[in-house]
Amino acid sequence: MTKPFLSIEHLTQRYPDGQGGAFTVFENASFGIDKGEFVCILGHSGCGKSTIMNILAGLAEPTGGVVKMDGMHVSGPSLDRGVVFQNYSLLPWLSALKNVTFGVSARFPSWGKARVIEHSTAFLAKVGLTGDAIHRKPSQLSGGMRQRVSIARAFANEPKLLLLDEPFGALDALTRGTIQDELIKVWSDTDQTVFMITHDIDEAILLADRILLMTNGPMAQVAESVEITIPRPRVRNDIVEHPNYYAIRNHLVHFLAQRSAELSGQAQTPDQQPKPVRIDMTEDADSEDPEPATPILRAVEG
Amino acid sequence: MKTLSENRKAALLSILILIVSCLIWEASIPAQKAVGELTEYELLTGGGQPKAGVPPPSQVLAKAWEQLSNPFYDAGPNDKGIGIQIGYSIYRVLTGYLLAAAIAIPLGFLIGMSSVAYKALNPFIQVLRPISPLAWMPLALFVIQDSEMSAIFVIFICSIWPMLINTAFGVAGVREDWVNVARTHELSALKTAFTVILPAAAPTIVTGMRISIGIAWLVIVAAEMLVGGTGIGYYVWNEWNNLDLTSVIFSILMIGVVGMLLDSLFGLLQRTVAYTE
Ligand SMILES: Nc1ncnc2c1ncn2[C@@H]1O[C@H](COP(=O)(O)OP(=O)(O)OP(=O)(O)O)[C@@H](O)[C@H]1O
Ligand SMILES: [Mg+2]
Repeated sequence: MTKPFLSIEHLTQRYPDGQGGAFTVFENASFGIDKGEFVCILGHSGCGKSTIMNILAGLAEPTGGVVKMDGMHVSGPSLDRGVVFQNYSLLPWLSALKNVTFGVSARFPSWGKARVIEHSTAFLAKVGLTGDAIHRKPSQLSGGMRQRVSIARAFANEPKLLLLDEPFGALDALTRGTIQDELIKVWSDTDQTVFMITHDIDEAILLADRILLMTNGPMAQVAESVEITIPRPRVRNDIVEHPNYYAIRNHLVHFLAQRSAELSGQAQTPDQQPKPVRIDMTEDADSEDPEPATPILRAVEG
Repeated sequence: MKTLSENRKAALLSILILIVSCLIWEASIPAQKAVGELTEYELLTGGGQPKAGVPPPSQVLAKAWEQLSNPFYDAGPNDKGIGIQIGYSIYRVLTGYLLAAAIAIPLGFLIGMSSVAYKALNPFIQVLRPISPLAWMPLALFVIQDSEMSAIFVIFICSIWPMLINTAFGVAGVREDWVNVARTHELSALKTAFTVILPAAAPTIVTGMRISIGIAWLVIVAAEMLVGGTGIGYYVWNEWNNLDLTSVIFSILMIGVVGMLLDSLFGLLQRTVAYTE
């Protein structure tokens, strides 16, 4: 077995539960992400998605287990791993532009001031921020605009691994669509790897190569890895026509609605990897699909 | 006229209050009786001597005009212009204050960043902080053997605490998210301190600096009354000894004005470092 670009091995996180005991967020979580892959992770609130991401970013130390990137242990944060935080984390005393140049000049210390500003402005424009808005402080921007500044800051640094924690949560459908397209463009133009947390199933199907599904906490597991068998480039309005779309979507909905709770709390065997799931209705011969789309669920989400 | 802005209205009202209270003050000072009108009793008890009464505002104003039109004259140790006296006081305040800032702010950073340093130094701070700065004066005079330096030391010791405590508090309270931003950008400790922690804690630090300068200005007057020689505090005391109450009132007003100017300077600084989350 070749080692993936990013490998998460036996990751365990426990917190004191306030009553002298320990509360296990997840235990023995193991999975890998290949170079250039776009992976989304879905799971209910509080199951430990942000916790995993903080560990991948190097901001938090897991109770047990290791994360390796390119075969090297991840210890501490690095410019190679860019983060879009769930709460934007902009520096409130800097303008939008300065928040981005802050990152760019850290990433490219040899660049002159003009080049840093040019690069930063270009990335702000990619997320739709131009004109005088980029000279305003975060407190003078709307929630969605702040989120876009935070996205621009991470994209502008062109990290090897982009970690996104619900990056589009505060955006309206239209802006969300534009920035999703921009993200896909940035990602396909480079060999960046993306790990993204989202609550939006359709967004995950549109963007991801693979979706990891987490069961509910405590003792959450990364239970399945669902391959998105819809060819790229994917166009938002067209992919719903693809025969695999609803099959995959129903599988995901079914998991989140029912199985995430059923599977929760089961201890994982140490070497368990998420079960690979491949749903492809276009290949008739390949019918090892464990969970065909169920009509009942179609009614639920319709 | 009916669309006067709120600020205009307030300013007009302030002027009105000033004029009315000056008039009341002026009117409430009994005029000195002429010698011819004195009773025998008054003559015997010395009532005819020019009394050291509270002067009316008109006299204070005249004094102010006289002093402020030539603030920097120097006619010997006991007769210097108000500008020179205030200059001495400001010099002492700033020297003591800047020394205090140079120690309090870096030390506050250290205490704010490390909980061990905080716990280790906290008992000392808690014991030293409530000591009235003037209580240090005898010790300072004995150890330093120089009244000038002792006054500066007293300013130093009184202005160090608010700056130290506020810096530590501000630094300790910097949101972890912002520190995480610095960490994900691999900033060095020094760069993090200057580009993230300092601006994040600046409003709290400057508040401490503002409190300190206020206290320092309060304390310098008392300290100069004790050590004597020069300075606005000495000037007040000296004029009191001369029974020149007009000068006393005038210098009290000057103390207020300078204190206000120092404070508004820091108010300005506070506004430039402020941010909203
Ligand atoms: N510092 C901490 N101390 C104790 N418990 C924590 C800490 N941080 C997170 N937790 C717990 O770990 C669990 C997972 O939290 P996490 O933030 O990873 O959830 P999440 O999956 O990102 O949820 P959401 O989708 O709502 O963002 C939660 O139950 C939370 O209460
Ligand atoms: Mg989260």
